[in-house]
Formats: sequence, structure tokens, C-alpha cells
Amino acid sequence: MAQPADRSEHTVSTKTIELVVAFLFMALAVLIMYDNWRIGATWAADGPEAGYFPFRIGAIMFLASAVTFGINLMGRGVDENFVDRSQFKQVLQVLVPTAIFVAAIGLIGIYLAAGLFIGLFMWWLGKYPIYKIAPVAIAIPVILFFMFEVWFLVPLPKGPIEQALGY
Amino acid sequence: MEALLSLIHGFGVLADPMNIFYMFLGIFLGVLIGVLPGLGGANGVAILLPLTFSMSPTSAIIMLSSIYWGALFGGAITSVLFNIPGEPWSVATTFDGYPMAQKGRAGEALTAAFTGSFFGAFIATIVLTFLAPVIARFALQFGPAEFFAVYLLTFCSFVGMGKESPFKTIAAMMLGFALAAVGIDTVTGQLRMTFGSTELLRGFDFLIAVIGLFGVGEILLTMEEGLAFRGSTARINAKVVLHTWAQLPRYWASALRGSVVGCWMGITPGGATPASFMSYGLAKRFSKNGPKFGTGEVEGVLAPETAAHAAGTSALLPMLTLGIPGSPTAAVMLGGLLIWGLQPGPLLFVEQKDFVWGLIASIYLGNIAGLIVVLTTVPLFASILRIPFSIIAPIILVVCAVGAYTVHNALLDISVMLLFGVIGYVFKKLNYPLAPLVLALVLGDMAESSFRQAMLLSNGSLSIFVSNFLVGSIVALALLMLFWPLISLLLARAKATRPPDGHMVQAE
Repeated sequence: MAQPADRSEHTVSTKTIELVVAFLFMALAVLIMYDNWRIGATWAADGPEAGYFPFRIGAIMFLASAVTFGINLMGRGVDENFVDRSQFKQVLQVLVPTAIFVAAIGLIGIYLAAGLFIGLFMWWLGKYPIYKIAPVAIAIPVILFFMFEVWFLVPLPKGPIEQALGY
Repeated sequence: MEALLSLIHGFGVLADPMNIFYMFLGIFLGVLIGVLPGLGGANGVAILLPLTFSMSPTSAIIMLSSIYWGALFGGAITSVLFNIPGEPWSVATTFDGYPMAQKGRAGEALTAAFTGSFFGAFIATIVLTFLAPVIARFALQFGPAEFFAVYLLTFCSFVGMGKESPFKTIAAMMLGFALAAVGIDTVTGQLRMTFGSTELLRGFDFLIAVIGLFGVGEILLTMEEGLAFRGSTARINAKVVLHTWAQLPRYWASALRGSVVGCWMGITPGGATPASFMSYGLAKRFSKNGPKFGTGEVEGVLAPETAAHAAGTSALLPMLTLGIPGSPTAAVMLGGLLIWGLQPGPLLFVEQKDFVWGLIASIYLGNIAGLIVVLTTVPLFASILRIPFSIIAPIILVVCAVGAYTVHNALLDISVMLLFGVIGYVFKKLNYPLAPLVLALVLGDMAESSFRQAMLLSNGSLSIFVSNFLVGSIVALALLMLFWPLISLLLARAKATRPPDGHMVQAE
């Protein structure tokens, strides 16, 4: 594991991320308050309007996040690295393929996408030989198929291949 | 006495062999879920929930709650053998469990952990059996104001009892409420916060959020550590088990203390995690072996496990009687109840006797079954843990995606899950608590409607929340919880400025 103090590992400080997240919370709270004020957040003749409760939720969210923002701005926050460069790389190594996998489900169906995802993941990050990858990458989609489509009768997203096979 | 008769009736419901089968299947899946990183009680139950839609509600809840017991047991295996807590509530188990495993006493540590879990759950189930009907009968008199007060108490307890910053707790909780409000308002039929998007009409489903926050988020965090499992081997045989059981009665005080702490923390939504730490701390302070804690003491494994399991079990009490879950996993099960068309709350005990008592009876049997399953299958699960992360991680992500899709058969939900995964990762790193977010997302609609009904009754005046003794005292307790961080800070400061008996404060 790399030392946190290593300069080359420097990315952004936890303090910066704290400020960003608190700010996003505040922005979201403003959005919530705005939209609920638009549909009515007061007391009408027949009781509370639709935005009555959520508007107040937004207000509380704004106040709480403003305090978090303030605390961190005053320098009481943690000044160390939010995530080391090598750690961030590892996180992206999972996140990016997963995002591609999710996008692929809509195009080629979940079974093929899952098989490819598992196979490529093992090949790229695990450096496994093909004869170890193939059984896992084939078995998991097949098990999923029988469990969901056959046993529990829950349909999962299918693509052109499954259609060609008659499903 | 009435509770006992109902319980016997409940065992009758269980006599269906399919229910017993589902129970063992659930326990087995639960241990698997508890052992694998990224799959925990809450999202494990969430992923498997759609599979139960075709079952009868009684069979379904038996299987889901068995998954939960299994996950509670499973967390201990990774803690002891690999020093990796499979679940947050088994962190305290690593303190003494892993040192024991390093000394070659893994079998003893696991036996103590499982037996402690069983004991804690058993005590909590007895509490549940006899307290739940009483609370349910009492809660039948609740009006909307009382219900809102209880919701308020639930959420304020997170602020008061959580170790995270109270402002972050509140912000996360409000995010949950806001997400719950997205979509069509059921009272006025107006669209709220949909911003013209048809996809947002459905609102956010908490099951998707749970799978993303706890499942994908956990995988990302685990990846950051660059996981390398290096575990000890465990050999559990009858001799080790009997040998450990022979010395366990010595620690009855710790076990009992753990159970009480667990029951309390489970009913009030403190949850299993703080309960396990508190129990460990108490055992360390009161035990004769206290100073040796952390080097591999059986008592140090027993205490947190007892409390965690007691808390996990008693979290079902407020869920069944009031419709307010005490933990994220209980919240997911509550979501299941709603999907099966059962309205959780006091009426459940009147209208759905089979269901309630079948469930309670299944907790007794489920824990006995769980103890048997884990004691006999530890080597199997330990070998699953030796599968490298680069194989396990994509499989778990695929399972999460399948789980997210099956909730509504909506492709977009998988992307939403991924987004919640990133949010979960960032929140975990910045110590924003996830449990209040999830609970607010589940309870948001119900809390809002009880608030509105109460306000309608009083014509918009908040005075209804102090209008009688019952609602007033719950609200007062809630406010005490809400301001507890401030109160404890002031108390600590008062103590620091006024040293007792005029003694000088020792200079550092």
C-alpha cells in the first residue's frame, strides 16, 4: 500500500469533497424548495397543499448542509487525501466496466452482457487463462437463465441472441 | 398465556414442509450473502425479494427472514477467519475473533460466535413473543398524531444515537424523504419534483437504492483496499464444539448483558452495529479478563455477537407492531409486506394471525436451523471466501443488476442502481450514514400522510403534537434525542470547567 503522504498520490483533499458534497446538498435543497413552492407549499382551504411537507424537508436539508459546509470551510475539516491515486484507479477499474455492462444490457440482453462482463473482468483484472475464465463466464448466465426464466418465471432483459434461440 | 397459544398456532403454520424447505434455503443463502463482500442482509433480501412474489406471504417472509438470520450468522465467519467483517455489526467480533484464529483456535471462536448469536436471538425472540402483542394492542389506539410522533422518534434517534455528524445524518435523512416524495402525490394527485420527466413519475424505489448503496457502493470500497484474502483455516468438529460449549456458561453475565443491550438497541433504531460495540465495551469493562481483551478472548467474541443478533431480531418488533422498521434490513422486509398487500402495523396482529405467528415461530426454528447449518458448513463457506475478488466482484455486480431490474422490470433502474452505488461510495467515505437515508425513503410516504392527517385534524396547528400525554411524551423524547448531541456536548463542557470537589485538573 502506498503511503498517504506520497506526493505523487495526491488527488483532492477530503475537505474539498466535503465542501462539494455539502454544496450539492444545498443546491438540491434549493431545487426541492423551488419545485414544491411552485406547486404550492402553504396551507389551502382544504388542508396542506402537495408541496407542504417536501418544502419543509428541503428547508431542513438546506440548513443542515449549510452547517456542514460552514464547519468544513472554517478549516475544521480533514485535510488529507480523499482517495489515493492508486486506489482511485482501482475503483475506476470496477466502475467503468460496470457502467459499460449496464449500458450493454439494453442492447444485447443481460445474459450475454453478464457473460462478457465476467469474462473480460477476469481476463483484464484477474489475468486468468482462458480455460479458467470460460467455465465461470458461461456457467453464471446459464444458472441465472434457469433460475429466473425457468424456475421462478421472472423475465430478464433479452437481446437478439435469445430471440434467435426462440425466447 | 395468550401469546403462548398463538405461538403454538404459529408452529402449526410452520408444519408445512415447503415452509421448512424455504427456511433452510433462506438460511443457506443468507450465510452465503453474509460471507460475500458487497452482499449484506439489506441488499441480499432486496435482490431476492422479487423471487418471492409468487409465494404465499407466509412462506415468503419465512424465507426472507431466514436469509436475514443467515446473514447475521455469516458475518461472523469472515470476521474470525479473515479479519474482514462481512457485515458492519461483526466489526467488533474481529477484535478477539481474529487473534483467536491466528492462535489456531478458530473453531472455538466460531463456535462461541455462533452460540452467542443463537443465545442473543433466542432472548430477543422471547421478548418479541411476549412484548409484541402488548405493544400492538396498545398501538391500536394510536391516531395519526401518535404515529407521526413515533416516526419522529425513530428519525430523531438516528441523530441522537449515531456516531456520525448530526448535520450529516439530518442531510442524508432529508435526501431520503425528498426522494420518497418524487412522483405522484397520492392525496392531491399532483406531480412532485418530476421536472417533466416521465421516468421520474414512478418515483424512486428504495429497493433499487438499497442494492446500489449497500451492494455496488460496498464493492467499490472493497476494491479500493485492493483486497487480498489471507485467511486461516477452520476445522470445526464435535469435539471442539463440545469443548467450547463446556466453557461458555462461565460467561453468562456477558451474554445476558449483550442480549439486553441488543434488544434495547434493536427496538429503538440504534441497530445491531452500535449494539455490538457497546456490548463489547461493557464486557471489557466488567469482565475479569477485561485487560486481556483484544488478544483472543472467547468472551470478547461472545459479547458482540450476542448483542448483534439480539438487535437484529428485536428490530422486527417495531416493524411488526408499528410498521416502523428498526434497521435497513427490516425496512426491506417491510417493503416486502407492502408488496404482498399486507399493511404492517398493529392491525396485522388482529387480521393476519397466521402470518404474524408463523413468522415469530419461524424465528425460533430459524435460529436453531441456522446454528446447525453454520456449525456444519463453515469449511464450505470458508472455501468460497478463498475465491479471488476478481471473480467474485463481477458476479456480485451481475447479481445486483439482476436484482435491480426485477423489482419493476425497468432497464433504467439498473442505471439508477449504479448511480446510488457511486453515492453510497462517496457517502461512506465522508461518513454520511446510509441507514437513515434508506429508512426515510421507505417511510417517507407513510410519515408524510400521518403528518398531513394530523395537521388536518388540528386545522394546521402544530399543537396537536402536544395535545395529550401520550403524543406529548413521545414528541418530548424525540426532541431529547434530536438535541442529544448538543446536550451531551454541554454536559461534557460543564464537567470540564467545574472539576469535582475542587481538585485541580491534572496538567498534561
